[in-house]
Amino acid sequence: MEHFPALMIVLPLLAAPVAAALPNGRLPWLLTTAVSWGVLAMACFLLATVLGTGPISYEMGGWAPPWGIEFRIDTLNAFVLLIVAGIGAVVTPFAGPSARAEIPQRLQSLFYCLFLLTYTGLLGITATGDIFNMFVFLEISSLSSYALIALGRDRRALTAAYQYLIMGTIGATFFLIGVGLLYSVTGTLNIADLAERLPALEEARVVHTAFAFLVAGIALKLALFPLHLWLPNAYTYAPSAVSAFIAATATKVAVYVMIRVLFTVFGVEFSLGEMPLQPILVVLSVIGVVVTSLMAINQLDAKRLLAYSSVAQLGYMAIGIAFGTTLGLTAAITHVFNHALMKGALFLALGAVAYRIGSTRIHDMAGLAKVMPWTILAFAIGGLSLVGVPLTAGFISKWYLISAALEQGWWWLAVIMLITSLFAVMYVWKVIEVAWFRDLPESRADVREAPLSLLVPVWVLVAANVWFGIDTRFSAGVAARAAEALLGVAP
Amino acid sequence: MWSPDVPAFVPLYCAALLALFTRGWLRVAIMLAAPILGGLHLLGIEPGVSVQLQLLTFDLEPYRVDRLSLLFGYLFHIAALIGVIYALHVKDTMQHVAALLYAGSAVGAVFAGDLVTLFMFWEAMGLSSAFLIWASRDERSVGTGIRYLMFQVVSGLLLLVGLMWHAQATGSIAFNQIGTESTAGWLILLAFGVKAGFPFLHNWLTDGYPASTPTGTVFLCMFTTKAAVYALARGFPGTEALIYVGMTMACFPIFFAVIENDLRRVLAYSMINQLGFMVVGVGIGTALALNGAVAHAFNDVLFKGLLMMAMGAVLLMTGRMNGSDLGGLYKSMPITATLCCIGAASISAFPLFNGFVSKSMVMSALMYEGYEYVWLAMLFASAGVFHHAGIKIPYFAFFAHDSGIRTTEPPVNMLIAMGIAAVACIAIGSFPSLLYNLLPYDYEYSPYDMTHVLTQLQLLFFSALAFVWLNMRGMYPPELRSTNIDIEWLWRKGLPRLGRGVVAACRAVSGSLGTAGSAMLKQPIFKATRNNLQMALARNWPTGSMVMWVGVFLAVMLVAGILSTRLS
Repeated sequence: MEHFPALMIVLPLLAAPVAAALPNGRLPWLLTTAVSWGVLAMACFLLATVLGTGPISYEMGGWAPPWGIEFRIDTLNAFVLLIVAGIGAVVTPFAGPSARAEIPQRLQSLFYCLFLLTYTGLLGITATGDIFNMFVFLEISSLSSYALIALGRDRRALTAAYQYLIMGTIGATFFLIGVGLLYSVTGTLNIADLAERLPALEEARVVHTAFAFLVAGIALKLALFPLHLWLPNAYTYAPSAVSAFIAATATKVAVYVMIRVLFTVFGVEFSLGEMPLQPILVVLSVIGVVVTSLMAINQLDAKRLLAYSSVAQLGYMAIGIAFGTTLGLTAAITHVFNHALMKGALFLALGAVAYRIGSTRIHDMAGLAKVMPWTILAFAIGGLSLVGVPLTAGFISKWYLISAALEQGWWWLAVIMLITSLFAVMYVWKVIEVAWFRDLPESRADVREAPLSLLVPVWVLVAANVWFGIDTRFSAGVAARAAEALLGVAP
Repeated sequence: MWSPDVPAFVPLYCAALLALFTRGWLRVAIMLAAPILGGLHLLGIEPGVSVQLQLLTFDLEPYRVDRLSLLFGYLFHIAALIGVIYALHVKDTMQHVAALLYAGSAVGAVFAGDLVTLFMFWEAMGLSSAFLIWASRDERSVGTGIRYLMFQVVSGLLLLVGLMWHAQATGSIAFNQIGTESTAGWLILLAFGVKAGFPFLHNWLTDGYPASTPTGTVFLCMFTTKAAVYALARGFPGTEALIYVGMTMACFPIFFAVIENDLRRVLAYSMINQLGFMVVGVGIGTALALNGAVAHAFNDVLFKGLLMMAMGAVLLMTGRMNGSDLGGLYKSMPITATLCCIGAASISAFPLFNGFVSKSMVMSALMYEGYEYVWLAMLFASAGVFHHAGIKIPYFAFFAHDSGIRTTEPPVNMLIAMGIAAVACIAIGSFPSLLYNLLPYDYEYSPYDMTHVLTQLQLLFFSALAFVWLNMRGMYPPELRSTNIDIEWLWRKGLPRLGRGVVAACRAVSGSLGTAGSAMLKQPIFKATRNNLQMALARNWPTGSMVMWVGVFLAVMLVAGILSTRLS
């Protein structure tokens, strides 16, 4: 039990080479599924423990921090771990049939190996309490996800993966430079230790430079506008299951890193008070939300449309972070959770569409609601959640965000958020209209509803969207506790 | 019948759900039973019932009964019953389900005791009613439906922001008098205004109603605007600005209605005009005026519904809706023509018809409170109503020149629905106490005194004279096939044009920045992998320009960091 923090990283890490060694076929998939469910169970246990008894500190290999690597689980990262593990546990069953259809037979076991490595990396970034270790896991997840994206059917997946590789590497390098600069002045890499030593050094220009590099690096991974340009291609051309998994988790983990660095390592007074990050984040995010929402409206491919919408949603999270208030942070963390649910559901629904018709171009989806009603209905409900219709998870996020904006007296921001919600209506509607109201071309008359093995994961996420739209005790409740802990409002 | 704590919208929502899975006679029975049983049940409910609920962090009050909401509750059940009967012959699950959900949401909205519940039903009303437009299933209705929905959603969003602000300022989300002291109040007023068809925000009405199916329009014209009038009466009684807004609403549509050819759009304009009377009533805010406003809302559902149903019958039987294509139908549709004339007499406020008994209340209230000029404008509006709704609708559809169309009476269920509405119009007109006893505020009023009757009759006869004279001399605007441009030009052409201009400007700026960036880096590592199929906004970006943005971002962060050390 007390080894769970390490075990949940080690288990997928060890399973990865095993999956690569297994023969192509169902076995690697079954292994991955079993691992992801095991990890989910551990994540649930950890969150329950943290909520019950407070933060857990795990000493890797028995070396006491700050010398050894520490895994430190508090409310925030236990919550993010649960999100990553939960999405993983829903996506892996889906990946079975979906990847069989989209990925060449000979690459199957390799695919699951990479998938497990990405999974490991994301969990590791979240769990670790050591900033250099964070960089290592960041690289593990990034390198494996470059390869995963390159497995996409379309040859453009290669360019997309290459661009992601270049940008991801630059981001990671910046992050590393920032870590190096911090190490040079503080002599420590442990996050808790850094947080203790930094306040004394706030005047140093090195710390300011480190801050700039760290933020730029994370902003790149987080796809903050205008550093988002790698994201649409990567999400569009990746295999369906990978798009769903990465869209729902990778950028969320980057948001987590941003929150951790800004609020735990540097502290809110330095990050948002002394450094002029608040105006930078707010201005960029607001422009980003508007521009990328408009871009989403102009897309011809549904996956790409969702990718742009992801950038917009990440902008909302960045705005929540930039408030630097408990309410703003609660909004950001709640939206991390809710956005993982809605984007997961939407990308999986598109995965089911791609499974049947081999394309996600909006034009090709004409009349699809007649033959795949459950898939399109799932997409519609996920879309409503994305728009923020009441009784869906998206509404809760918008509610908190707008409350946070009004609390600051920034009513213009609330207005912008509402206008961009209207844009969301437009781009979601664009897909629904084609799928629901256009006539089905004759060539597609024999298309059938997606198999149950695909529909069940989709609907699990759709149901979660509705559930957490009504019962917010868990999602917003835990987010509020995490935000309070970060800002030191409550013990 | 059942527990008084069961909210009034439940039977209608249940019926909508059941209608989804049933067919034939069973569905007919369910659809009829819901408004009848729900309405009878409501008759036994005493004001004062309240249901509270804790959801999220709010104390919701999803069901609150007082006399004002009860009146609208009765009204919406009657309206739902008439609408359902009128639509019985239709074999379209989507329309039935949407109509019942729509009616249920409207009922839910008027019994909402807090703003959050109101907001939910407000949005549900917008969404379910949009499906009634799409039910036409043609090219035009898809676009119209989207535009319609846009207005509805904007109204909902305004309400949402307004209520959040209001909640933050006052700490309460209860839906009582709100007033316009705060910005939140104005936002909520604007939200209600969109649905009430305030000037410049009214286009969803004139755009949406004529595009729906014959039966769908009947539902559309009964609920949304009346729920908005209810919300105004509840939240903003006595807001003086509303008097002038209402006056504008009563006057400007007349000109459009007179030149419009599509008779259902004429009725849509006439709807705005009638709403004007109600908004003026709310704006005055005295007991008499508020009674007049809600009574007029009640009557408007009946006579506007009746006219809309008559036009729907004409559209169903002939397939045409333009005044220029119709005429002489009284020969083949005598019953419909008679019923239509009853509706026309009611909307024109002939004594003994229900329009008279409620419009007089608003007019009297204007005089008592000393708004003589507004009173004159409203008098002009009354004459205008008579022209475009009282004369033009029946005249061009059923009389005028014979268009040569020979058809039959519409299905029996349509005639029954119209009959019910017509009987109600005359009954309330002849025995106004039927309605007056239900009114929420205590005020003794008698419409049938010498002044009222004489003023109204003079007005009507001289307007009729004017119409006859203008028509004989050939000076009355003829029915032409034309597109009349309303303020909607601003929404449909002006704003998109402005938007495209802004986008083009932004693109020019970012384009020149991008070129500068590429030139700075001398050689982009990768040539643009542009996909020609995709539009410029959605194009792929060369890796070089991505790197440039990273550089810019880092530079900004660094410079900002350095500047902040200097300052500190």
